[in-house]
Amino acid sequence: MSKHFKLKRGFDIRLKGAAEAVLEDAPAPKSVALKPTDFSGLTPKLSVKAEAQVKAGDALFFDKYNPEILFTSPVSGTVQAVNRGERRKILEIVVEPDGKNEHREFTKADPSKLSREEVRDQLLKSGLWPFLKQRPYGIIAKPSVVPNNIVISAFDSAPLAADFDFLFSKEKSALQSGIDAVKKLTDGKVYLGLSPKQSAGVFASLKNVETNTFEGPHPAGNVGIQISKICPIGKSTTIWTLSPQALVFIGRLFETGKLDLSKTIALTGSEVKAPKYYKTIHGALLTDLLKGKTKNEVNQRIISGNVLTGTKVDTDGYLGYFDQQITIIPEGDEYEFMGWAAPGIDKFSASKAFFSKLLPKKEYVLNANLHGGERAFVLSGQYEKFLPMDILPVHLLKSILVNDIDKMEQLGIYELVEEDLALCEYACTSKIKVQEILREGINSMIKELG
Amino acid sequence: MKALRNFFEKTKPHVQKGAKYHWLHSTHDAFFTLAFVQKHTSKSGTHVHDYIDLKRTMGIVVLALVPALLMGMYNIGYQHFGALGQLETAAFFDLFLFGLWKVLPVIIVSYGVGLGIEFIFAQFRGHEVNEGFLVSGMLIPLIMPINTPLWMIGIATAFAVIFGKEVFGGTGMNIWNPALVARAFVFFAYPAQMSGDSVWISASGVEKMADGFTGATPMAEAVLGNTDLNVWNAFIGLIPGSIGETSTLAILIGAAILIITGIGNWKIMLSTVLGGLFMGILLNIFAVNAYMAMPFWEHLIIGGFAFGAVFMATDPVTAAQTDRGKWIYGFLIGVLAILIRVVNPAYPEGMMLAILLMNTFAPLIDHYVVQGNIKRRLKRVQQSA
Repeated sequence: MSKHFKLKRGFDIRLKGAAEAVLEDAPAPKSVALKPTDFSGLTPKLSVKAEAQVKAGDALFFDKYNPEILFTSPVSGTVQAVNRGERRKILEIVVEPDGKNEHREFTKADPSKLSREEVRDQLLKSGLWPFLKQRPYGIIAKPSVVPNNIVISAFDSAPLAADFDFLFSKEKSALQSGIDAVKKLTDGKVYLGLSPKQSAGVFASLKNVETNTFEGPHPAGNVGIQISKICPIGKSTTIWTLSPQALVFIGRLFETGKLDLSKTIALTGSEVKAPKYYKTIHGALLTDLLKGKTKNEVNQRIISGNVLTGTKVDTDGYLGYFDQQITIIPEGDEYEFMGWAAPGIDKFSASKAFFSKLLPKKEYVLNANLHGGERAFVLSGQYEKFLPMDILPVHLLKSILVNDIDKMEQLGIYELVEEDLALCEYACTSKIKVQEILREGINSMIKELG
Repeated sequence: MKALRNFFEKTKPHVQKGAKYHWLHSTHDAFFTLAFVQKHTSKSGTHVHDYIDLKRTMGIVVLALVPALLMGMYNIGYQHFGALGQLETAAFFDLFLFGLWKVLPVIIVSYGVGLGIEFIFAQFRGHEVNEGFLVSGMLIPLIMPINTPLWMIGIATAFAVIFGKEVFGGTGMNIWNPALVARAFVFFAYPAQMSGDSVWISASGVEKMADGFTGATPMAEAVLGNTDLNVWNAFIGLIPGSIGETSTLAILIGAAILIITGIGNWKIMLSTVLGGLFMGILLNIFAVNAYMAMPFWEHLIIGGFAFGAVFMATDPVTAAQTDRGKWIYGFLIGVLAILIRVVNPAYPEGMMLAILLMNTFAPLIDHYVVQGNIKRRLKRVQQSA
């Protein structure tokens, strides 16, 4: 019973620097790292010390409040360092690969023949569990819960996003095994959201899932938007989500009995000489991957992820846990004389207030400048255009600012995570930090209701 | 440009907290950000931000006001020389320059007083100076009769900025449109000076009006039952009235700028006009006097209706915030404006009161729209569960 949803609201930021469909091997990284900061609300507790020897699949740390949730090393090697930030907050656990490729052994089995508990335990022990996210709130799924449904988006509509059909064209069996495995975790359905372009790709041929297509601009590929159309979340609903990449990791785990976290990412953005795809590993150090591939060495911003939701990293930073792309844009830390008054033929905008509107096909270089000062909410009706849900974003954000839990609940905080409102933040005239406010609201919901 | 930037950068340390000229901080910041888009880059959240900001938004509104302003200046000269009976001999530039000469001081007083207060508040609050007053400062002169004394404009502006805006927390928090607060202030505080026919014509030094020239606005005439309107003059803007409100043509050009750039909300403009037409027709049907029988569409081109619909009702802060709310809000403004105009001759200009009234009720309208949203969302979750 496949449905087609046509979404009108949303917006595609036309950035320069999309990856060409060419795949190269990235040089083997000198180190890999897991970053607990990639998970909202996680309190990590180390299970290894620096200098310890680990195999791929050995735990590096775990969730303090759910100790069964492990985070495991993607490679075999030595724990090089535990990098901490302010107040000794753990930022990175770095492992230096020894090249021996030793693996911890897990059960090799057809997941459709296993029980729910067996699948769950295997995911927890292997360290793949954290890929499962729970809605509401967008936090790591609770192992004790059985979700109503599991929803997967098979495409990414964010600016310069990787083409998932290209990434996973050879992973059909792993994707299928992954679906068979997560299907065990719910009594409901596993939904897969496709874009209209994917009707013939690897995702369209998967079984044991209910597929729907979502047509329209970004955020059509956001799983939260898709959930709101097929199985809206209320107070007592729990939906789990995961990425196609996670399905592949899970599939490989059950097919081989080993943790194999090699993955393909897109190197994109206007500051990349030749944007294309690279084969690397989960949590890889970016230094060697980026060497010689950027137009400048300075005045650039390297983002693990996309320009809307990604994390700023340095050249010696690491690929984020969920990220499928690296984007590099100019930093833009310079003054512009009377910039706000210029006609703006070269200024891409979601508004109609610049002459660039007359060039509807052109792709633009955007930098990280704020292009204005932060103000109070002045305009109305601006955010709604970017959110294909029946939600009033400004009213919700205001209820968060006054910490009104009831209102937040009524106005739809259960249905949203940061990425769903990222476009509003991009387009905001008042430069309001929409994603930050939303996370504050979600955190107070968690605190209040558990 | 480099010299200017160096000046701002060099002086910046001297206005920081603890430095000697800290009291100039908000002023420095306001002029620096006006001249240069700053080099701040994104620290958290999205890495790219739209080029649009409040300066450009407000700048476009001011730009949209320019046609009305220019036409208003010309019209002041036209009315003046008309009152003298010298229209035939006065050249185009005589009329315009006379108007310019009369209007410029009003604009200077409005911006000077308003921005001065804004800078002080920004300084005390430690905020950046908000751009909202760039528009209010232009709106205030445009909705004043030309003979309003400058001191009155100064006091009205101060009242509007302090009690209409800053006491609520500044731009974005106010309930009533600040410019209309200023207009209402002079209207109610100085009724003697603000009514009658002489206030609309700049005729100081004119001892004897030309024959047949009264200086009364078409609305004042209509209240007296004289609804014989020169439609073309009313549309072009050659009628007595507040500085910027007379030319429907110029206002339409402004409306086009606002709608094309997406800065002004077309839904509010359209619904206000629809509301006005609806009430006009209703009054036509039940007409018992000449004013009620005035062709309903003529209401759109006299008085402040068009100006209010395009520039005042659409103020995003004081209008309804929700989409559906905007339709209701605009429609009721139109209805009330015409109703007040025709039925209550003590307040010939209903637009001001109608907008202020609906500003007051906008949160209530929004409340019901939001409740509707909440109910709809709840039902949807229950259905799917």
